[in-house]
Amino acid sequence: MMEMTVSLLPLTFLLPLAGTLLLAFSAGRLGERGAVWIGTGSVGLAALVTALVGADFALGNAGPQTLTLYTWIAVGEFAPSIGLRLDALSLTMLSVITGVGFLIHWFAGWYMRGEEGITRFYAYMNLFVFSMILLVLGDNLLLLFLGWEGVGLCSYLLIGYYYQNAANGAAAMKAFIVTRIGDVFLAVGLFLLFTQFGTLDIAELVTRATQAWSAGEPLAQLAALLILGGALGKSAQLPLHTWLADAMAGPTPVSALIHAATMVTAGVYLIARMHGIFELAPAVLYLVGMIGAVTLLMAGFAALAQTDIKRVLAYSTMSQIGYMFLALGVGAYSAGVFHLVTHAFFKALLFLAAGAVIVCCRHEQDIRRLGGLRRRLPLAYLSFVVGGAALAALPLVTAGFYSKDEILWQALAAEQQGLLIAGLLGSLLTGLYTLRLIVGIFHGEPKSKAAENAQPGRGPQHSVPLLVLAVLSTLLGAWLRPDLSAVFPAAPGADAHAGHTAVQLIASATAIIGILLGAWLFLTQGPKLARLAAEGAGAFFWRWWHRAFGFDGLYDRVLVRPFLGLVQSLRRDWLDAFCGLAGQLALVLHAGLSRSQNGQLRHYAIATVVGATLMVVILARA
Amino acid sequence: MILAGLILIPFLGGLLCWQGDRWGEAPRWIALATMVAVLVTALALWAGADFRLADPGAAAWLRELRLPWIPRFGIELHLALDGLSLVLIALTGFLGILAVLCSWKEVQEGIGFFHLNLLFVLGGVVGVFLAVDLFLFFVFWEMMLVPMYFLIALWGHSEPGGKTSTYAAVKFFIYTQASGLLMLAAILALVFAHQAETGELTFSYEALLATTLSNELALLLMLGFFIAFAVKLPVVPLHGWLPDAHAQAPTAGSVDLAGILLKTGAYGLLRFALPLFPEASAQFAPVAMGLGVFGIFYGALLACGQKDIKRLIAYTSISHMGFVLIGIYSGSTLALQGALVLMVAHGLSAAGLFVLSGQLYERLHTRDMTRMGGLWGRLGSLPGFSLGFAVAAVGMPGTANFVGEFMVLFGTFPAAPWIVVLASGGLILSAVYALTLMQKVYFGPAQKSSPLPGLDVREYSMMLGTFALVLLFGLYPQPLLDTTGAVMSNVQRLFEVPAVSSTFNLGGK
Repeated sequence: MMEMTVSLLPLTFLLPLAGTLLLAFSAGRLGERGAVWIGTGSVGLAALVTALVGADFALGNAGPQTLTLYTWIAVGEFAPSIGLRLDALSLTMLSVITGVGFLIHWFAGWYMRGEEGITRFYAYMNLFVFSMILLVLGDNLLLLFLGWEGVGLCSYLLIGYYYQNAANGAAAMKAFIVTRIGDVFLAVGLFLLFTQFGTLDIAELVTRATQAWSAGEPLAQLAALLILGGALGKSAQLPLHTWLADAMAGPTPVSALIHAATMVTAGVYLIARMHGIFELAPAVLYLVGMIGAVTLLMAGFAALAQTDIKRVLAYSTMSQIGYMFLALGVGAYSAGVFHLVTHAFFKALLFLAAGAVIVCCRHEQDIRRLGGLRRRLPLAYLSFVVGGAALAALPLVTAGFYSKDEILWQALAAEQQGLLIAGLLGSLLTGLYTLRLIVGIFHGEPKSKAAENAQPGRGPQHSVPLLVLAVLSTLLGAWLRPDLSAVFPAAPGADAHAGHTAVQLIASATAIIGILLGAWLFLTQGPKLARLAAEGAGAFFWRWWHRAFGFDGLYDRVLVRPFLGLVQSLRRDWLDAFCGLAGQLALVLHAGLSRSQNGQLRHYAIATVVGATLMVVILARA
Repeated sequence: MILAGLILIPFLGGLLCWQGDRWGEAPRWIALATMVAVLVTALALWAGADFRLADPGAAAWLRELRLPWIPRFGIELHLALDGLSLVLIALTGFLGILAVLCSWKEVQEGIGFFHLNLLFVLGGVVGVFLAVDLFLFFVFWEMMLVPMYFLIALWGHSEPGGKTSTYAAVKFFIYTQASGLLMLAAILALVFAHQAETGELTFSYEALLATTLSNELALLLMLGFFIAFAVKLPVVPLHGWLPDAHAQAPTAGSVDLAGILLKTGAYGLLRFALPLFPEASAQFAPVAMGLGVFGIFYGALLACGQKDIKRLIAYTSISHMGFVLIGIYSGSTLALQGALVLMVAHGLSAAGLFVLSGQLYERLHTRDMTRMGGLWGRLGSLPGFSLGFAVAAVGMPGTANFVGEFMVLFGTFPAAPWIVVLASGGLILSAVYALTLMQKVYFGPAQKSSPLPGLDVREYSMMLGTFALVLLFGLYPQPLLDTTGAVMSNVQRLFEVPAVSSTFNLGGK
């Protein structure tokens, strides 16, 4: 029995792959219903398989193990396999991907109704799930890299899904190229690790690394730094974060699945999976925490000054992943992954609810043109309130509280007061921007025709995914906390308890203050705030935060334009022209010599006389 | 005899095609049957051989054919087959079929003579892959050029006011002919040096392998070979002929150029330049790898700036061949194997892209990407295949290109980490040019909304077959690796690179 369920594991990625192939080769013959059924069904079945395997794992029928399908490449000791690693970490990730992924696919059937190219949409979505599953199940770094690049590709394709708009294409390219820069760091890290240890198998690699390297070894630091580079790109952390906000050009379910719940957390997974290497590089681990802290604050401020619902959520995602990085940085891997799970629930909920609002208001997604929707769209309102509460970590009743509180406590236990303060400040900001978003969409008066005439979504395709995710975002979701003690070393605060209650109280207070302050500000002080943001220093900060501290402009000036200038200046292929000089020279000589053959006797006579004279002179000299 | 058959089939088929002109479409079918015969023969040889048993160290031929030709000068008709040549001949057979199929509608004039030239090119290439007498090798090397010249000059595209197909053909011819002269001189010098040493006048590859040369002479002769092969590969700055030839050539010409002719350069390096001059090559390796890195960036940067879709693909070829060059000179079996996989992968994916741009041209009558855009919904499954091949050009895992590139990089890293770090930067640029291509051609606002004809059965099956191979070798490259393993480890053994590893060391052990 137990072997049977584990041997089903490959089905988790083969089913979505089959879905992709079916959809890709159907050439539009399936129709909308068929595409939705195949696209959703394949992920649903994968979730079912995950549940079976997970149940066996939880009951202790199946332990951590590796399932090798075949050897991918074999040349000497370079022998990465297509092998799957089943342990608590990969199972947690797998559950999130297939579970949340299934709900989002389901909801997408409602969201995408009547859109052109729905077959293409589901083919890409299934391919994404396939790649993401390989990323988390791969037992070696090369297979992980396959999934890693695969999710990047699907993300590119889905951001540019509405391809006729050139801006979407630019956003898609930006996402792919910026993350690809990170990928190159990761690739070089792979080369380095393989050169040092002669294997790409993750478990074996970490074992050999801990034997060969002592903590703080320069090569270990370098390897960890390179892996971190990859993680920063995919997880949209400073300085490779600029792509995520633009990635919102894709359909909203895509934002929910890829740019909130799963793909952007791949960096967190990678660092957690490779924690053995990071433990050997304490300075780099510290850097992980610092980057997380800076990103969470920067993205928090940026989220305060956005006007597009999805961009608020995008910066909030960046900020929450910053918390996860912060957790990893203090060595609390388990807390980081726990926040990853709860974040997947509530952020998917928020994005899907945002999608519901957007569809119901005929694709209006500017907060300034919405408002007053709480009566017209009660389910979306409920979802936003529950999801927003979890995001702002409302104490005791929400899932987000438990995971975020854990992170802050671990930061204190690791004696990283700076990171703790950043986390608390971020918590305040989270309350503020969450309330700004909810109040802007659902309270006050409708500010446009689209908001006045909003029609609520109907049917289980619309409501069931929202309700399930809403339930998971509450306290109940926190009960699903995975037991990762077998995978990770003990967290810094595992045995200590001094100050835990104090941190809990302070964190709760900060969250509540943030929420209350936000409610007061945005419910009652709206006009004053608007005036503040329009004048003087207020306007400066508004613009600065709105542009997320101006990274885009900076990169554009420092990187993009010089690159385009270089391309433009090389366009004519100067090296080719240089080699062509040989030909030009031959032509010039040809022209010169052919002029001497002009058939005029006196020229020949002069030439003969001059030549003879010269010769005589030369001979006489000699 | 089967080896002579492999060469004779295309030449005889070519003559038949020429004569078959009087029966309308017959040459197409004859040419198709010919290339199928070559492919089937190669696959039969492949199936019947066991490559893992090859004796390490010895030059282990699977098949050999040795007939006297000009005994006075020690010249023989000496053909031999090993794993390396077999893989490349099978690739030639496959791409030959592709070249015939993609010309089915494109070429309407002089069908018989067109296929004669096409098959003669392919026959010459098979000869290059089989000849192990240096004189014979040179004969085949030159024999490829003339029919290729005619393919470009007679069936190529000329733009009004722009470059003509004749210009491109002449440029191609001069580049390869001039570099061929250097190789001939190097061959003769090597032969005479061998005669001075042993008293035996011979052009035999195996005999010449044992020649001892002074360091300077070896370096000089090695350069003679290297430049000839570098023009073909092509190595920047000797690449000037390639973009013009590709842009002006008919689709079948581009498929042959990118898929097969470029591979003869890499093959020449692996078969001749390295084994004949191991020490000189080892000394030269840092320069060669530096040229490889430079080519990766130069090709990629130029690809980003092109408007003509075929020129863009041509420059990507230059970029990819930079990786091959690095792999060849890395001195590691892993990287050498990777270079081989990348050669096959690039042969398939570049051929795929060229066929697709030919199909685009048949529908839109332009290669100018500024006049395309928004074509995704208008062309049936053509854009989907383009996406697949563009993704292969990016080196996405799952495609054979990834396996090749990464094996090269993994294998080269211990010897030359900085080269690998720089070359990895090229992976970003490959994303830039491939996505630029997709964006300019298929995405963005549509210039018209009327649907264009999608792919017919012939076009669809060509693309599906090629792309299936790209994926197959991406997910299971082992058949290729097993076939060439013995050959590559022999090359590696001949070519230990102490000089390089001391020059480039990034804190390795």
